[in-house]
Amino acid sequence: MSAAITTPAPKKKERAAPPAKTPAAAPIKKAKPEVLANKVDAWRGFKPGLWQRDVNVRWFLQQNYTPYDGDAAFLATATERTTGIWKKLQALFLEERKKSVLDVSQIPSSITAHAPGYIDRDKEIIVGLQTDAPLKRAIMPNGGLRMVLNSLEAYKYTPDPKVVEAFSKYRKTHNEGVFDAYTPEIRACRSSHLLTGLPDAYGRGRIIGDYRRVALYGVARLVQQKEREKASLDAQMSTEEIIRDREELSEQMRALGELHTMAKNYGFDISQPARDAREAVQWLYFGYLAAVKEQNGAAMSLGRTSTFLDIYFDRDLAEGTLNESQAQEIIDDFVIKLRIVRFLRTPEYDELFAGDPTWVTESIGGMGDDGRALVTRTSFRFLQTLYNLGPAPEPNLTIWYSPLLPEGFRKFAAKVAIDTSALQFESDSLMRGAWGDDGAIACCVSPMLVGKQMQFFGARANLAKCFLYAINGGRDEISGKQVGPVMEPVKGDYLDFDDITAKFDRMMDWLARVYVNAMNVIHYMHDKYSYERIEMALHDYAPVRTMAFGIAGLSIVTDSLSAIRHAKVKVIRDETGLIVDYQTEGDFPKFGNNDNRVDYFASALVSEFMSKLRKHPTYRNALHTQSVLTITSNVVYGKATGNTPDGRRKGEPFAPGANPMHGRDTHGIQASAASVAKIPYRDAADGISLTTTMIPTGLGRTPEDQVTNLVGVMDTFFGATGYHLNINVLNRDMLLDAVDHPEKYPQLTIRVSGYAVNFVRLTREQQMDVINRTFHGK
Amino acid sequence: MSAAASETEVPLVGSQYDLRVGLGEKVGEQGIKEALEKGDPGFVHSFTTGSAVDGPGIRVVAWLAGCQFRCAYCHNPDTWKISNGMPVKVARAVQVIKQYSHGLQTMKGGLTISGGEPLVQHRFVLNVFAEAKKARVHTALDTNGFLGDRLTDNDLKLVDLVLLDLKAFLPDLHQRLTGQSNQSVLEFARRLAELKKPMWVRFVLVPGWTDDLAEVERIASFAASLGNVERVDVLPFHQMGRFKWGNLGMDYVLKNTDPPSPALTNQAVERFRSKGLTAY
Repeated sequence: MSAAITTPAPKKKERAAPPAKTPAAAPIKKAKPEVLANKVDAWRGFKPGLWQRDVNVRWFLQQNYTPYDGDAAFLATATERTTGIWKKLQALFLEERKKSVLDVSQIPSSITAHAPGYIDRDKEIIVGLQTDAPLKRAIMPNGGLRMVLNSLEAYKYTPDPKVVEAFSKYRKTHNEGVFDAYTPEIRACRSSHLLTGLPDAYGRGRIIGDYRRVALYGVARLVQQKEREKASLDAQMSTEEIIRDREELSEQMRALGELHTMAKNYGFDISQPARDAREAVQWLYFGYLAAVKEQNGAAMSLGRTSTFLDIYFDRDLAEGTLNESQAQEIIDDFVIKLRIVRFLRTPEYDELFAGDPTWVTESIGGMGDDGRALVTRTSFRFLQTLYNLGPAPEPNLTIWYSPLLPEGFRKFAAKVAIDTSALQFESDSLMRGAWGDDGAIACCVSPMLVGKQMQFFGARANLAKCFLYAINGGRDEISGKQVGPVMEPVKGDYLDFDDITAKFDRMMDWLARVYVNAMNVIHYMHDKYSYERIEMALHDYAPVRTMAFGIAGLSIVTDSLSAIRHAKVKVIRDETGLIVDYQTEGDFPKFGNNDNRVDYFASALVSEFMSKLRKHPTYRNALHTQSVLTITSNVVYGKATGNTPDGRRKGEPFAPGANPMHGRDTHGIQASAASVAKIPYRDAADGISLTTTMIPTGLGRTPEDQVTNLVGVMDTFFGATGYHLNINVLNRDMLLDAVDHPEKYPQLTIRVSGYAVNFVRLTREQQMDVINRTFHGK
Repeated sequence: MSAAASETEVPLVGSQYDLRVGLGEKVGEQGIKEALEKGDPGFVHSFTTGSAVDGPGIRVVAWLAGCQFRCAYCHNPDTWKISNGMPVKVARAVQVIKQYSHGLQTMKGGLTISGGEPLVQHRFVLNVFAEAKKARVHTALDTNGFLGDRLTDNDLKLVDLVLLDLKAFLPDLHQRLTGQSNQSVLEFARRLAELKKPMWVRFVLVPGWTDDLAEVERIASFAASLGNVERVDVLPFHQMGRFKWGNLGMDYVLKNTDPPSPALTNQAVERFRSKGLTAY
């Protein structure tokens, strides 16, 4: 095993600016004789520290990484080998798109269930597939048998009777458990689309295992750590919590053993730490691969691996065993693997989450707490894959942005955003201030401290429909059914501001209670029937747990309140007295124009709903958080919601996330972004999503102007209180062309709320929703 | 949740791509006259907070109403009449600009006043620019230069950058194209050169009118002779304003004209570059 612990190095006090040297290649040190021997010291050259005594990747990282403040000139293009493999896959993608699903394996998936699979065994540098063939999707019945059967049916596969028997007679699933414990109220809210997307029929995801630990420590050490953690509970009285913890720790250790076996089947012994960059990437990827064999969470994010991996790349480059082209090739091959992660889903799922997203989110950049930027050459290398392999929505490359990051990186990131529309940007200062400098984004906008924090994902509530319920005394505006608690509906012909806000307040109270109720049931059952063994094995015992609620339709309710407050809104009833439409007389300020008279409502709503959620106890005492994020469910929610007082028509999509409604932000991007930046992060700690679309010439007349201006926009937004920017730089005409001629644009990537997607894989409705959004700079 | 609208809170809504008419009619002729003398209020067609094509960096741009030119290719003919603009008090305009002043500095941008023709309301422009300078915001004036005489040398100190729209060089082409002579335009340009005032030149390439490369050559020579031209933008004619002419019931002679080809636009840009100018 690793070397004995040496005396810890003196505490680093690096507040100085990053080294001002020009980006020359690191000096090639002469390889020591030990390196040439068979048994290589995996930790050679690393600065000793407490990271050797404790499992703590951040301490290792802080002591050993090399900040890079130069530009992108050093990067290497794709090798023939890389291009060859990618071409092979592109042929498979075409086939996959025609059939929706290329192939299915009916062996219930687990870490060790499938034999090894390859794309091109002789040429791959990083190996490992979820099943035994690329793009072949596995069934994961632990989440729910019914879903598996629906998917198989949808894609014309006959279910294996043995599997059906096993999971109906002998093994209960998460989905069944949840519905055993749901109340009629919860079910009513689900079926009326007041609460949608709840992970009761699919994996909850949004858990990031610290896959870096596999590379740094090797599996043996990690098992040892878990044994220690479990042993520390021996003296404790066996309460429910302790019993569950002990069982979970046992499962985690088992999963680590399976991870080791899985790697062995591919020909690798990962019990020991990785010895070079290629092994570091391979070990890390094995950790991640085990997670996506075991779980099909909506979001299976990667973490914050680029700066960590750079330490190994730097060492190899210094030792002379790797050149830049080879380094890039390893990253390219790794990213190829991340791009082909696949899960078997039902058509309803695809409606909510269009385009086969997996949210393999990699967090790049950011500042360290000691003032040094965490930008390294590997940060650049990850972005370079968008050129070497062409744009793609996965991995979901996410920049932790700060105006303090080195200019070379900010400019390159802006250039990549303009060229590919595949990046998203999030506020380093807001997230680091709340969670620390070793956070990573799960899914789209949810930060968590890697290996020390996890969340109970909760999709989102339809706040716009809740508003309409308040107007109609709890009756659904489309079905007329009494779904909410019986309350006085609006009397009279005009909506009165004070009356509406009082009614809405009570309706939100009720919704918050049902929502917390539903979430507690879901996550109790998910832990019980579909526990994330390997992901949690790569967390510290007893991580911080947050319960991540969400809201959709914020801009609709905001504008509706503004209409009621500043104009006159007349109601139109149907024969049963249900209010189904509205007529607004007069003008009113709209969200997205940096006007406090309306922006105030958005911020206040977020805070109010959050405080209502906080009143209710959560499963495992998880910390309440919420996000303002919709994925593509903004289209689904729109279909299920009637006419709203702001002028939106029944069936029209909501704006994504915290965006102002399409076309209502008429004063340019600064005003639009400023409105959203007012939403208080402390009451939406799980993230606030803003997707912005600019036409290229709207950013400037030359490519240099465009990069400079985009950097300027981001410096301003993230230098103030802005949280998140999904950036699209595209022409509406190109999108219209892609709707009609998808074959011309196979890799056209655009960002939708919180993630990116292949435009041609969206439904027509979703495509039109994107095209109808505000394009800044027309 | 109360937010009573105060006197200065005129709702500044509406984008520059919309047709805006009659917003200032309530003020009346006499009111407009007084406003022009005082320089308060100004009559504003629209504004934006995020333009990257109206000067350096990302800028707040205000388009003022009122113009004495009648350009055949104008894409905002609803800006010709000053009474089409919204009356906006100087205090209100400054309030809005101050909201963005920090961001504008970070983005190396500033405030651009365009229109219509801003110098029709030159006192309003100077009032706003004075406050903008106090807030350390970079100021740019997008003008056709015809009324340049209205600005004293002292006034020009409040303008960091002039975006000069040179429509045409030949006097009678200019007369046909805009309805006015270009003599004072060229004089203004020379005066700015003497004052060494930073200047960008904007030239619209209009098929059938200004696409004769000999004319482009003349403008390029003139611009090069001045010495203070930092940048030239060749703007290809576009049809985004066509619907406005129809809605206003005006006769649009360029109704069926296509934008110039990219090849021709490049040739025009090259003419400027061949004179040593930075052109896009």
